[in-house]
Amino acid sequence: MPKNVTIKPVDELSYEEAMAELEKIVATLETDQKSLDQAMQLFERGQALAVRCNALLEAAQLKIQKLTGDMLVSYSEEEE
Amino acid sequence: MSQASIFSTIRWSVTDLTRRIREQLEADEMLQDLWVEGEISNLSRPASGHVYFTLKDPSAALKCVMWKSDAPRLKIQLKDGMAVEAHGRISVYDAGGQYQLYTDRIRPIGEGALYQEFLRLKEQLEKEGLFAPERKRAIPEFPRIIGVITSASGAAWRDILNTLQRRQPLAKVILAHSPVQGDGAAPALIEALDSINRQKPDVILLARGGGSIEDLWAFNEEALVRAVAASKAPVICGVGHETDFTLCDFAADMRAATPTASAELATPITRDGQLRQIKERRIILTSLMNELIFKTRESIFGVSNRLRLLSPTNRVYNEIQKLDELSRRSGSAVIHLFQFHSLLVNSLSKRLVALNPIGVLSRGYAILTRKQDGRVVASVKDATQEMKVRVSDGEFGVTKA
Repeated sequence: MPKNVTIKPVDELSYEEAMAELEKIVATLETDQKSLDQAMQLFERGQALAVRCNALLEAAQLKIQKLTGDMLVSYSEEEE
Repeated sequence: MSQASIFSTIRWSVTDLTRRIREQLEADEMLQDLWVEGEISNLSRPASGHVYFTLKDPSAALKCVMWKSDAPRLKIQLKDGMAVEAHGRISVYDAGGQYQLYTDRIRPIGEGALYQEFLRLKEQLEKEGLFAPERKRAIPEFPRIIGVITSASGAAWRDILNTLQRRQPLAKVILAHSPVQGDGAAPALIEALDSINRQKPDVILLARGGGSIEDLWAFNEEALVRAVAASKAPVICGVGHETDFTLCDFAADMRAATPTASAELATPITRDGQLRQIKERRIILTSLMNELIFKTRESIFGVSNRLRLLSPTNRVYNEIQKLDELSRRSGSAVIHLFQFHSLLVNSLSKRLVALNPIGVLSRGYAILTRKQDGRVVASVKDATQEMKVRVSDGEFGVTKA
């Protein structure tokens, strides 16, 4: 069944996109009757998505900015 | 002194009289829970840890004692000459023959007035519905942008930063620095709230570390409280310590006991939680896959089983098996029967050989047949002119004489 969304490579997905697709794959495998072939493909994509989510989480660094009026500058702890 | 009392027969002991006075004082509710203001003098803190002092004003003095157990609660340094308000109850120190204020709390004189103002404003804004629970908005579970209003040089900011980095590093934080005490604080805080809201954050943290009611007073200023209530983004207020409540706490969408707690409340979904979620999904995926493979294998098994049961080879094997069964059950009986039949067949075949017509010929007998139709001549009347004679090793023709 062709999806409305074009399939992006896993490496280009944001955390939310990857997680959302992972949830969908789990739901599909739980309910739909897929052939062994299709299921295998979904399974592998799902594992790749999980790896991507993990990587994004592990690497994440809090992004901090300072606001004066309407001007945003990146925040550096040494200044304070 | 009246005439009558000189002759009075009632004589009190000092103890009893003192006790009576004490009971009278203790029975007066107004004297059992009160605040009194005065100036400290004769302050004494002996080794026992208890605190003794006198509160005085121009025309009277009141002896006070504060027990060692209440002393740590003192937020201020007591000094002779200090103007304070003391809270406690009146009773009598029997042995010394004096009434005293048994003090449990002391605060600087200004504070009482501030607290009054706090209560007045709280009541007014409450009546307006500013603190109503229905006004409070839900805090988003997964904020992408978190606005923080606090002093950049304070411990509150450090604590919040550490907490957010640990819990949800995928978020983006915007700090709007502002002084958090003193006269200019309230207007600066309002300004910060406005500019942060222009960045459209998912949630705003309003934070400040602990302090006295005067230190925290900016967060009780009416204009700021109204600005918090009117904030476009939901506000989590984390000002002071556990037990400090400011009017901003009531006006905010959520109150946190400390700045750290405000950062925690802003991030219900934590990185650890997300990592766990992903792990769970992977386990589910794997077990679903395993299940599918198992089911497929099972159904293939099932089909091949049925095929095997129906095949002709199988039928043959079945029959052979039946025979084997039979022979096993019948055992020796079959073998004997077989031998008997063998013998029978042998002797029968011998007799058959003896009865063979060709065998008789070798004993000298001949077979006479008519030439025209091959019929055997068994009697004189059967004989014709031309006949054939068959002996054991061949035949020849004969003519009747």
